[in-house]
Amino acid sequence: MFTTGLLLVLVTMALALIRALRGPSLFDRILAVNMFGTSTVLGIAVLGFVTDRPAFLDIALVYALISFITTIATLKYFEYGSLGHGRRERDSG
Amino acid sequence: MALLLDVLSWICLVGGGFFCVVGGIGVLRLPDFFSRLHASGVIDTLGAGLVLFGLLLQAESLDVALRLVLIFFFLLFTVPTATHALAKSALQGGLEPEVDDDGGASSNS
Amino acid sequence: MFHLFYMSLLLALFWLGLSGHYTALLLAFGALSAGLVAWLAWRMDMVDHESVPLHLSRRVLTFWPWLLVEIVKSNIDVVRRVLDPRLPIERSVIRVPTGDMSPLRETIYANAITLTPGTVSLDVSNGEVIVHALSRTAAEEVRTGEMARRVTGLEQEG
Repeated sequence: MFTTGLLLVLVTMALALIRALRGPSLFDRILAVNMFGTSTVLGIAVLGFVTDRPAFLDIALVYALISFITTIATLKYFEYGSLGHGRRERDSG
Repeated sequence: MALLLDVLSWICLVGGGFFCVVGGIGVLRLPDFFSRLHASGVIDTLGAGLVLFGLLLQAESLDVALRLVLIFFFLLFTVPTATHALAKSALQGGLEPEVDDDGGASSNS
Repeated sequence: MFHLFYMSLLLALFWLGLSGHYTALLLAFGALSAGLVAWLAWRMDMVDHESVPLHLSRRVLTFWPWLLVEIVKSNIDVVRRVLDPRLPIERSVIRVPTGDMSPLRETIYANAITLTPGTVSLDVSNGEVIVHALSRTAAEEVRTGEMARRVTGLEQEG
Protein backbone atom coordinates (compact mmCIF):
# COMPACT_ATOMS: atom_id res chain seq x y z
CA MET A 1 0.00 0.00 0.00
CA PHE A 2 2.59 2.55 1.07
CA THR A 3 4.98 1.29 -1.56
CA THR A 4 2.51 2.23 -4.32
CA GLY A 5 2.24 5.74 -2.95
CA LEU A 6 6.01 5.99 -2.67
CA LEU A 7 6.43 4.86 -6.27
CA LEU A 8 3.98 7.47 -7.55
CA VAL A 9 5.75 10.19 -5.58
CA LEU A 10 9.08 9.03 -7.01
CA VAL A 11 7.68 9.24 -10.54
CA THR A 12 6.61 12.82 -9.79
CA MET A 13 10.11 13.64 -8.58
CA ALA A 14 11.55 12.23 -11.81
CA LEU A 15 9.15 14.36 -13.88
CA ALA A 16 10.11 17.44 -11.87
CA LEU A 17 13.79 16.67 -12.49
CA ILE A 18 13.19 16.46 -16.23
CA ARG A 19 11.59 19.90 -16.15
CA ALA A 20 14.47 21.22 -14.05
CA LEU A 21 16.97 19.93 -16.61
CA ARG A 22 15.05 21.12 -19.66
CA GLY A 23 14.42 24.62 -18.36
CA PRO A 24 14.13 26.67 -20.51
CA SER A 25 14.06 29.71 -18.24
CA LEU A 26 15.64 30.10 -14.83
CA PHE A 27 12.21 30.35 -13.23
CA ASP A 28 11.09 27.07 -14.75
CA ARG A 29 14.03 25.44 -13.03
CA ILE A 30 13.26 27.05 -9.68
CA LEU A 31 9.62 26.00 -10.04
CA ALA A 32 10.73 22.43 -10.72
CA VAL A 33 13.03 22.45 -7.70
CA ASN A 34 10.22 23.82 -5.54
CA MET A 35 7.96 21.04 -6.79
CA PHE A 36 10.70 18.50 -6.21
CA GLY A 37 10.93 19.79 -2.63
CA THR A 38 7.22 19.28 -1.99
CA SER A 39 7.32 15.76 -3.41
CA THR A 40 10.40 15.04 -1.33
CA VAL A 41 8.48 15.98 1.81
CA LEU A 42 5.71 13.59 0.81
CA GLY A 43 8.27 10.94 -0.14
CA ILE A 44 10.02 11.15 3.23
CA ALA A 45 6.70 10.96 5.08
CA VAL A 46 5.59 7.88 3.13
CA LEU A 47 9.03 6.31 3.49
CA GLY A 48 8.66 6.67 7.25
CA PHE A 49 5.55 4.50 7.05
CA VAL A 50 7.14 2.00 4.66
CA THR A 51 10.08 1.40 6.98
CA ASP A 52 7.91 1.86 10.09
CA ARG A 53 10.11 4.60 11.51
CA PRO A 54 7.94 7.51 12.68
CA ALA A 55 11.03 9.67 13.25
CA PHE A 56 11.08 10.26 9.49
CA LEU A 57 8.08 12.54 9.96
CA ASP A 58 10.22 15.00 11.91
CA ILE A 59 12.63 15.08 8.99
CA ALA A 60 9.73 15.70 6.61
CA LEU A 61 8.49 18.52 8.85
CA VAL A 62 11.87 20.23 8.85
CA TYR A 63 12.36 19.61 5.15
CA ALA A 64 9.04 21.29 4.36
CA LEU A 65 10.30 24.46 6.01
CA ILE A 66 13.80 24.26 4.54
CA SER A 67 12.52 23.75 1.02
CA PHE A 68 10.40 26.88 1.37
CA ILE A 69 13.41 28.88 2.52
CA THR A 70 15.46 27.44 -0.37
CA THR A 71 12.97 28.74 -2.91
CA ILE A 72 12.70 32.17 -1.36
CA ALA A 73 16.46 32.54 -0.90
CA THR A 74 17.22 31.43 -4.46
CA LEU A 75 14.63 33.82 -5.86
CA LYS A 76 15.95 36.66 -3.76
CA TYR A 77 19.49 35.94 -4.87
CA PHE A 78 18.62 36.00 -8.55
CA GLU A 79 16.44 39.05 -8.18
CA TYR A 80 18.87 41.22 -6.27
CA GLY A 81 22.22 39.55 -6.90
CA SER A 82 22.85 39.18 -3.19
CA LEU A 83 21.12 37.82 -0.13
CA GLY A 84 21.77 40.73 2.20
CA HIS A 85 19.94 43.52 0.44
CA GLY A 86 16.25 44.22 0.37
CA ARG A 87 14.13 45.97 -2.19
CA ARG A 88 14.48 49.39 -0.63
CA GLU A 89 18.27 49.49 -0.69
CA ARG A 90 18.31 48.38 -4.29
CA ASP A 91 15.77 50.95 -5.41
CA SER A 92 17.56 53.86 -3.77
CA GLY A 93 21.02 52.79 -4.87
CA MET B 1 -13.38 -1.38 10.64
CA ALA B 2 -9.66 -1.82 10.21
CA LEU B 3 -10.26 -3.10 6.71
CA LEU B 4 -12.40 -0.08 5.87
CA LEU B 5 -9.65 2.23 7.11
CA ASP B 6 -7.09 0.34 5.03
CA VAL B 7 -9.18 0.62 1.89
CA LEU B 8 -9.86 4.30 2.51
CA SER B 9 -6.24 5.16 3.13
CA TRP B 10 -5.19 3.13 0.09
CA ILE B 11 -7.60 5.15 -2.03
CA CYS B 12 -6.26 8.40 -0.60
CA LEU B 13 -2.63 7.40 -1.08
CA VAL B 14 -3.09 6.25 -4.66
CA GLY B 15 -5.37 9.20 -5.43
CA GLY B 16 -2.82 11.63 -3.99
CA GLY B 17 -0.05 9.90 -5.92
CA PHE B 18 -2.16 10.15 -9.05
CA PHE B 19 -2.63 13.90 -8.59
CA CYS B 20 1.11 14.28 -7.98
CA VAL B 21 1.94 12.45 -11.20
CA VAL B 22 -0.65 14.48 -13.14
CA GLY B 23 0.95 17.63 -11.74
CA GLY B 24 4.32 16.34 -12.92
CA ILE B 25 2.92 15.61 -16.37
CA GLY B 26 1.33 19.06 -16.43
CA VAL B 27 4.62 20.73 -15.61
CA LEU B 28 6.15 18.93 -18.59
CA ARG B 29 3.24 19.35 -20.98
CA LEU B 30 1.90 22.86 -20.43
CA PRO B 31 3.30 25.43 -22.83
CA ASP B 32 4.70 28.27 -20.75
CA PHE B 33 6.06 29.08 -17.31
CA PHE B 34 2.94 30.71 -15.90
CA SER B 35 0.68 27.81 -16.84
CA ARG B 36 3.18 25.40 -15.28
CA LEU B 37 2.65 27.22 -11.99
CA HIS B 38 -0.92 25.90 -11.99
CA ALA B 39 0.24 22.33 -12.50
CA SER B 40 2.61 22.52 -9.57
CA GLY B 41 -0.31 23.88 -7.55
CA VAL B 42 -2.10 20.56 -8.08
CA ILE B 43 0.77 18.69 -6.41
CA ASP B 44 0.96 21.14 -3.55
CA THR B 45 -2.72 21.10 -2.64
CA LEU B 46 -4.68 18.00 -3.52
CA GLY B 47 -1.69 15.71 -4.12
CA ALA B 48 -0.03 16.52 -0.81
CA GLY B 49 -3.36 16.72 1.01
CA LEU B 50 -4.55 13.29 -0.08
CA VAL B 51 -1.22 11.55 0.53
CA LEU B 52 -0.94 13.04 4.01
CA PHE B 53 -4.57 12.23 4.77
CA GLY B 54 -4.03 8.66 3.66
CA LEU B 55 -1.08 8.43 6.03
CA LEU B 56 -3.13 10.07 8.79
CA LEU B 57 -5.67 7.25 8.59
CA GLN B 58 -2.85 4.80 9.27
CA ALA B 59 -1.31 6.78 12.14
CA GLU B 60 -0.89 4.63 15.20
CA SER B 61 -0.31 7.32 17.78
CA LEU B 62 -1.31 10.90 18.45
CA ASP B 63 2.33 11.92 17.98
CA VAL B 64 2.39 10.73 14.39
CA ALA B 65 -1.01 12.25 13.62
CA LEU B 66 0.05 15.64 15.00
CA ARG B 67 3.16 15.65 12.83
CA LEU B 68 1.21 14.79 9.70
CA VAL B 69 -1.29 17.58 10.37
CA LEU B 70 1.57 20.02 11.00
CA ILE B 71 3.30 19.06 7.74
CA PHE B 72 0.04 19.73 5.92
CA PHE B 73 -0.41 23.11 7.58
CA PHE B 74 3.15 24.18 6.88
CA LEU B 75 2.69 23.27 3.24
CA LEU B 76 -0.61 25.16 3.16
CA PHE B 77 1.06 28.31 4.47
CA THR B 78 4.37 28.18 2.63
CA VAL B 79 3.28 26.97 -0.80
CA PRO B 80 1.18 29.97 -1.88
CA THR B 81 3.88 32.30 -0.60
CA ALA B 82 6.57 30.52 -2.62
CA THR B 83 4.36 30.36 -5.71
CA HIS B 84 3.50 34.02 -5.49
CA ALA B 85 7.16 34.98 -4.98
CA LEU B 86 8.08 32.86 -7.99
CA ALA B 87 5.38 34.39 -10.19
CA LYS B 88 6.17 37.91 -9.14
CA SER B 89 9.91 37.66 -9.66
CA ALA B 90 9.38 35.91 -13.00
CA LEU B 91 7.23 38.85 -14.02
CA GLN B 92 9.91 41.30 -12.90
CA GLY B 93 12.64 39.13 -14.38
CA GLY B 94 11.23 39.76 -17.82
CA LEU B 95 9.00 36.76 -18.48
CA GLU B 96 5.81 37.85 -20.19
CA PRO B 97 2.73 35.73 -19.56
CA GLU B 98 1.37 34.56 -22.91
CA VAL B 99 -2.34 35.13 -23.30
CA ASP B 100 -4.63 33.04 -25.50
CA ASP B 101 -7.81 34.60 -24.31
CA ASP B 102 -8.58 37.93 -22.77
CA GLY B 103 -11.09 36.25 -20.45
CA GLY B 104 -13.47 39.12 -21.05
CA ALA B 105 -10.99 41.50 -19.41
CA SER B 106 -11.55 44.15 -22.08
CA SER B 107 -15.19 44.50 -21.10
CA ASN B 108 -14.21 45.20 -17.51
CA SER B 109 -11.41 47.71 -17.79
CA MET C 1 1.85 42.51 25.25
CA PHE C 2 -1.16 40.24 25.03
CA HIS C 3 -0.12 39.14 21.56
CA LEU C 4 3.38 38.36 22.83
CA PHE C 5 1.93 36.20 25.59
CA TYR C 6 -0.38 34.41 23.17
CA MET C 7 2.49 33.75 20.77
CA SER C 8 4.70 32.31 23.51
CA LEU C 9 1.84 30.09 24.61
CA LEU C 10 1.38 28.79 21.06
CA LEU C 11 5.11 28.15 20.71
CA ALA C 12 5.19 26.31 24.04
CA LEU C 13 2.25 24.13 23.03
CA PHE C 14 4.02 23.46 19.71
CA TRP C 15 7.12 22.29 21.56
CA LEU C 16 5.12 20.11 23.94
CA GLY C 17 3.31 18.48 21.07
CA LEU C 18 6.43 17.69 19.12
CA SER C 19 8.85 16.75 21.89
CA GLY C 20 7.03 13.91 23.63
CA HIS C 21 9.58 13.89 26.47
CA TYR C 22 8.36 15.45 29.67
CA THR C 23 11.47 15.58 31.86
CA ALA C 24 12.45 18.72 33.72
CA LEU C 25 15.53 19.36 31.60
CA LEU C 26 13.77 19.10 28.26
CA LEU C 27 10.82 21.16 29.47
CA ALA C 28 13.28 23.86 30.52
CA PHE C 29 14.87 23.77 27.06
CA GLY C 30 11.42 24.07 25.57
CA ALA C 31 10.50 27.08 27.67
CA LEU C 32 13.86 28.63 26.81
CA SER C 33 13.47 28.21 23.05
CA ALA C 34 9.84 29.36 23.05
CA GLY C 35 10.94 32.44 24.98
CA LEU C 36 13.87 33.02 22.64
CA VAL C 37 11.72 32.83 19.51
CA ALA C 38 9.09 35.12 21.03
CA TRP C 39 11.82 37.59 21.99
CA LEU C 40 13.35 37.51 18.50
CA ALA C 41 9.94 38.11 16.93
CA TRP C 42 9.37 40.98 19.33
CA ARG C 43 12.78 42.46 18.47
CA MET C 44 11.89 42.25 14.78
CA ASP C 45 8.75 44.21 15.62
CA MET C 46 6.59 41.45 14.26
CA VAL C 47 4.30 40.81 17.18
CA ASP C 48 1.05 42.60 16.50
CA HIS C 49 -2.45 41.79 15.40
CA GLU C 50 -1.18 40.89 11.92
CA SER C 51 1.24 38.15 12.90
CA VAL C 52 -0.99 36.90 15.71
CA PRO C 53 -4.43 37.34 14.15
CA LEU C 54 -6.56 36.41 17.12
CA HIS C 55 -9.55 38.24 15.75
CA LEU C 56 -9.70 35.91 12.76
CA SER C 57 -9.69 32.64 14.60
CA ARG C 58 -13.44 32.08 14.76
CA ARG C 59 -14.37 33.18 11.25
CA VAL C 60 -11.57 31.09 9.77
CA LEU C 61 -13.43 27.95 10.79
CA THR C 62 -16.08 28.57 8.15
CA PHE C 63 -13.67 30.03 5.59
CA TRP C 64 -11.30 27.04 5.42
CA PRO C 65 -13.89 24.37 4.61
CA TRP C 66 -15.28 26.58 1.86
CA LEU C 67 -11.75 27.13 0.51
CA LEU C 68 -11.13 23.38 0.65
CA VAL C 69 -14.16 22.69 -1.54
CA GLU C 70 -13.03 25.37 -4.01
CA ILE C 71 -9.54 23.86 -4.12
CA VAL C 72 -10.89 20.39 -4.87
CA LYS C 73 -13.19 21.72 -7.60
CA SER C 74 -10.50 23.73 -9.35
CA ASN C 75 -7.98 20.87 -8.97
CA ILE C 76 -10.27 18.62 -10.95
CA ASP C 77 -10.60 21.29 -13.62
CA VAL C 78 -6.82 21.69 -13.95
CA VAL C 79 -6.25 17.93 -13.97
CA ARG C 80 -8.78 17.48 -16.77
CA ARG C 81 -7.12 20.20 -18.81
CA VAL C 82 -3.70 18.63 -18.32
CA LEU C 83 -4.79 15.11 -19.24
CA ASP C 84 -7.27 15.78 -22.02
CA PRO C 85 -5.67 17.43 -25.06
CA ARG C 86 -9.08 18.28 -26.46
CA LEU C 87 -9.85 20.69 -23.63
CA PRO C 88 -8.50 24.13 -24.46
CA ILE C 89 -5.97 25.98 -22.34
CA GLU C 90 -7.13 29.57 -22.24
CA ARG C 91 -4.48 31.53 -20.44
CA SER C 92 -5.53 34.98 -19.40
CA VAL C 93 -4.36 37.78 -17.14
CA ILE C 94 -7.09 39.62 -15.31
CA ARG C 95 -7.20 42.40 -12.75
CA VAL C 96 -9.45 42.04 -9.74
CA PRO C 97 -10.14 45.00 -7.45
CA THR C 98 -9.62 44.33 -3.76
CA GLY C 99 -11.62 47.39 -2.76
CA ASP C 100 -10.68 48.76 0.62
CA MET C 101 -9.31 45.56 2.14
CA SER C 102 -6.77 45.90 4.93
CA PRO C 103 -3.25 44.66 4.08
CA LEU C 104 -3.90 41.51 6.12
CA ARG C 105 -7.06 40.73 4.19
CA GLU C 106 -5.31 41.48 0.89
CA THR C 107 -2.64 38.96 1.84
CA ILE C 108 -5.19 36.31 2.76
CA TYR C 109 -7.06 37.00 -0.45
CA ALA C 110 -3.98 36.77 -2.69
CA ASN C 111 -2.85 33.62 -0.90
CA ALA C 112 -6.25 32.00 -1.30
CA ILE C 113 -6.21 32.83 -5.02
CA THR C 114 -2.77 31.29 -5.39
CA LEU C 115 -3.70 28.24 -3.36
CA THR C 116 -6.55 27.44 -5.73
CA PRO C 117 -5.01 25.73 -8.75
CA GLY C 118 -5.91 27.40 -12.01
CA THR C 119 -5.36 30.89 -10.64
CA VAL C 120 -2.13 32.48 -9.42
CA SER C 121 -1.82 36.01 -8.10
CA LEU C 122 1.04 37.72 -9.91
CA ASP C 123 1.07 41.03 -8.12
CA VAL C 124 -0.85 42.97 -5.49
CA SER C 125 -0.76 46.72 -5.77
CA ASN C 126 -2.92 49.84 -5.79
CA GLY C 127 -6.05 48.12 -4.60
CA GLU C 128 -6.04 45.36 -7.18
CA VAL C 129 -4.72 41.85 -7.61
CA ILE C 130 -3.31 40.78 -10.96
CA VAL C 131 -4.32 37.18 -11.52
CA HIS C 132 -3.05 34.69 -14.07
CA ALA C 133 -5.71 32.11 -14.90
CA LEU C 134 -5.32 28.83 -16.77
CA SER C 135 -8.86 28.63 -18.06
CA ARG C 136 -11.86 30.81 -18.66
CA THR C 137 -13.85 29.07 -15.94
CA ALA C 138 -11.09 29.75 -13.42
CA ALA C 139 -10.98 33.41 -14.46
CA GLU C 140 -14.75 33.67 -14.14
CA GLU C 141 -14.59 32.09 -10.72
CA VAL C 142 -12.31 34.85 -9.46
CA ARG C 143 -14.26 37.60 -11.15
CA THR C 144 -17.51 36.71 -9.43
CA GLY C 145 -15.93 38.07 -6.26
CA GLU C 146 -17.27 35.29 -4.06
CA MET C 147 -13.85 34.75 -2.51
CA ALA C 148 -13.30 38.48 -1.97
CA ARG C 149 -16.63 38.67 -0.17
CA ARG C 150 -15.73 35.80 2.11
CA VAL C 151 -12.29 37.21 2.89
CA THR C 152 -13.86 40.56 3.73
CA GLY C 153 -16.32 38.76 5.99
CA LEU C 154 -13.39 37.25 7.91
CA GLU C 155 -12.60 40.39 9.81
CA GLN C 156 -15.96 41.96 10.26
CA GLU C 157 -16.34 41.14 13.93
CA GLY C 158 -12.73 42.00 14.77
